[in-house]
Amino acid sequence: MQSATVKVDLDMFREETRAWLEENCPPSQRTTPPRGLEDCYAGGRKPYFHSEEQKIWFERMRDKGWTAPTWPKAYGGGGLTPQQAKVLKEEMKNLNCRVPLWSFGLMMLGPAILHYGTEEQKQKYIREIVNGEVWWCQGYSEPGSGSDLASLQTSAEDKGDHFLVNGQKVWTSYADRSDMIFCLVRTDKDAPKHKGISFLLIDMELEGVSVRPIKLISGKSPFCETFFENVKVPKENLVGTLNEGWSIAKNLLTHERTSIGIVTEEQPLHEYAIEKLGLVDGKLNDPYNRMQIAKWSMDRDALSSSIAKTIDEAKSGTQPGAKSSFFKYYSSELNKRRYELAMSVGGTDALEWGEDYMDGKLARDMCRTKANSIEGGTSEIQLNIISKRILGLPSK
Amino acid sequence: MALILNEEQKMLKDSAADFLKERSPIESLRRLRDTKDKQGYDTQVWQEMIEMGWTGLNIAEQYGGLGFGYVGLGQILEEIGRTLACSPLISSVVLGGALVNLIGTEAQKSILLSEIANGNMIVTAALDETNQHNPLVVNTMASKTEHGFVINGQKKFVLDGHIANQIIVSARTDSGIQLFVIPSDSEGLSVNQRILMDHRNASDISFENVSVPSSALLGKQEDAAEMIPKALDVARICLSAEMLGSMQEAFERTIAYLKERQQFGVPIGIFQGLQHRAAHMYCEIELCKGLVMKALQAIDMDSPDLAKLASTAKAKCGEVLQLVTNEAIQMFGGIGMTDDEEIGFFLKRARVAQQTFGDYNYHYDRYARLSGF
Ligand SMILES: Cc1cc2nc3c(=O)[nH]c(=O)nc-3n(C[C@H](O)[C@H](O)[C@H](O)COP(=O)(O)OP(=O)(O)OC[C@H]3O[C@@H](n4cnc5c(N)ncnc54)[C@H](O)[C@@H]3O)c2cc1C
Repeated sequence: MQSATVKVDLDMFREETRAWLEENCPPSQRTTPPRGLEDCYAGGRKPYFHSEEQKIWFERMRDKGWTAPTWPKAYGGGGLTPQQAKVLKEEMKNLNCRVPLWSFGLMMLGPAILHYGTEEQKQKYIREIVNGEVWWCQGYSEPGSGSDLASLQTSAEDKGDHFLVNGQKVWTSYADRSDMIFCLVRTDKDAPKHKGISFLLIDMELEGVSVRPIKLISGKSPFCETFFENVKVPKENLVGTLNEGWSIAKNLLTHERTSIGIVTEEQPLHEYAIEKLGLVDGKLNDPYNRMQIAKWSMDRDALSSSIAKTIDEAKSGTQPGAKSSFFKYYSSELNKRRYELAMSVGGTDALEWGEDYMDGKLARDMCRTKANSIEGGTSEIQLNIISKRILGLPSK
Repeated sequence: MALILNEEQKMLKDSAADFLKERSPIESLRRLRDTKDKQGYDTQVWQEMIEMGWTGLNIAEQYGGLGFGYVGLGQILEEIGRTLACSPLISSVVLGGALVNLIGTEAQKSILLSEIANGNMIVTAALDETNQHNPLVVNTMASKTEHGFVINGQKKFVLDGHIANQIIVSARTDSGIQLFVIPSDSEGLSVNQRILMDHRNASDISFENVSVPSSALLGKQEDAAEMIPKALDVARICLSAEMLGSMQEAFERTIAYLKERQQFGVPIGIFQGLQHRAAHMYCEIELCKGLVMKALQAIDMDSPDLAKLASTAKAKCGEVLQLVTNEAIQMFGGIGMTDDEEIGFFLKRARVAQQTFGDYNYHYDRYARLSGF
């Protein structure tokens, strides 16, 4: 329950925010982006805007710090309370405003730097992220280290004034367009595997860094293999304590899992079904899919209430902890089911692949959803975490 | 009849396996895709299949075939499913062939079946009009004229329609639903080729005042509504045989990967969470093997249970192939999501095969109807 004054303040904030958004969000930025996140502005040293209005919208939001609404004002963030940020989100949703900036920096690296970084690192990196000046990618997985991430081999040797980095990362998203990569590297070969890992920031322009795109079964190539050959990385790019990078990595994975946890639908599944199959006497003209879609929709609703409940509990001090594994597991399986149902409803129309991604969007998106239960830790790994940490089941 | 292969059928299966591994591995499918091949299959390999007699196995000797039967053809299709080889075998030899064989007049059979068997002609069927398989929903019209018929309407998902010489189209006439054999270059007929997710082709075909002579009518003056599902059943069973091959291959590749891939210092196949799912898939695939064999025999014996067996085989194989290909990607982990790894081709083929000739929902419903509930 909120106190009366907080409520009045929030109501005022809501009104101001609504008015500001109405005045400042250009019309084209109040439409659903047809290609989803790909149409969003991603920032970087070589910025690319899809339109002039996208640029205007980004700059206005950036100037208010609303690309990162809850981050401290001292580093360029919006300084909003969680309640105010929720209001902003709701009002943006009401007007169908696009996100002004979408980046790994905002989603993943920022929270880690705010938590573990030095004052200088915060001043530099947080500001850059809020302002969309640097495009970050994530360098965790290696060909031999996926589920068993802690076995990673990419090494960073202490050479006095710098680290010398050698090794290979895989699944680095948009590495071919990124400016910087945040990496897990091995800094102590002799320590137990979790104890010799550090968290290092590496400029992709440095000599010895090279990338090779990976093509996915959907036909897209947003991921790369990234190679490091005798790359000299300045010492000040270490985040947190040497050899204690694993705890940062784990903290960050929780953020990633929570953000994968949200099922977003461009068009509600049942509407697509009505479009494809039609209604007879107000019922979807396919009894089997009708039941399946109803069941799916209920699970979706149940998941969102469960997430909301956990968020409220977090506000009153209960940490979600291993519960993020439940959200990650359930939502990725849910999203895969959604696309299977859409394929079933679409019938032979949904099989089209065509030459361009948009020609075969549903089929290609369906293929892409298969990775939901792999990226950010597989479903099996989430289930292992639930069994071990929540249920306390014995393990070998 | 015992549910086992005889010596001849076994030999046929083995030689097909060798040929396909050599001449049409998955790399070939990748090449067809990457070169945006307009034909959609390797004409050279197709020619070799014809020479080996694959296009005549199911066609009676009197019409220029080998009369070897569907159990034999099924063995070849199973091997085709393993390498995902593309060819007009299902569209023309199986479905086109079955329609002509079941409905055509003697004269039509002797011309068309021998042309199909010797590979001179590709004859495909244009039956569906909606995005969900429903062959008896026919709005295409054939109106009688002085010398024949005029056909108007739209068909969807015509397998290999872009390369067919003759198209068997279903249309509504005064006496119900009838079939017409129409040359694909007829005036007023337009073919819109669509590339599918398995990199094969199905076309949308529209008929705008297409005039055909009376001789284009397949069979005698009678309603074909009863025989269309029967021909489709033959095609469903044959496609199930192909799907059976694909599921076994995807499964075996997955099992090999579980033994090979190391994480946490052990092969991932050690984890019981994966073992039980693999064992479950084994059971499901075994069910499909028995079913497909029984269904193939039912065609050869002209069994009264054909319809029910066809629906059961198609539904079950659709379900299991979907399960196995989904699990395969999951168990391969990130590597399974890459285009470089071949396992993804099975997932894509599974989706198209699922929708071809009715998905499992269609066949659950049909099974219930056939069983009177
Ligand atoms: C589309 C996509 C995007 C990605 N993005 C990124 C990124 O931005 N940055 C990054 O660093 N990584 C990224 N990844 C990598 C991802 O985190 C790994 O793929 C994932 O952790 C799984 O590792 P793996 O692929 O090596 O599979 P493996 O670990 O080899 O797993 C293979 C199979 O074995 C199972 N398995 C493994 N261990 C166990 C166990 N103990 N018990 C039961 N089952 C087990 C797995 O669940 C899986 O089914 C991405 C992956 C994909 C597909």
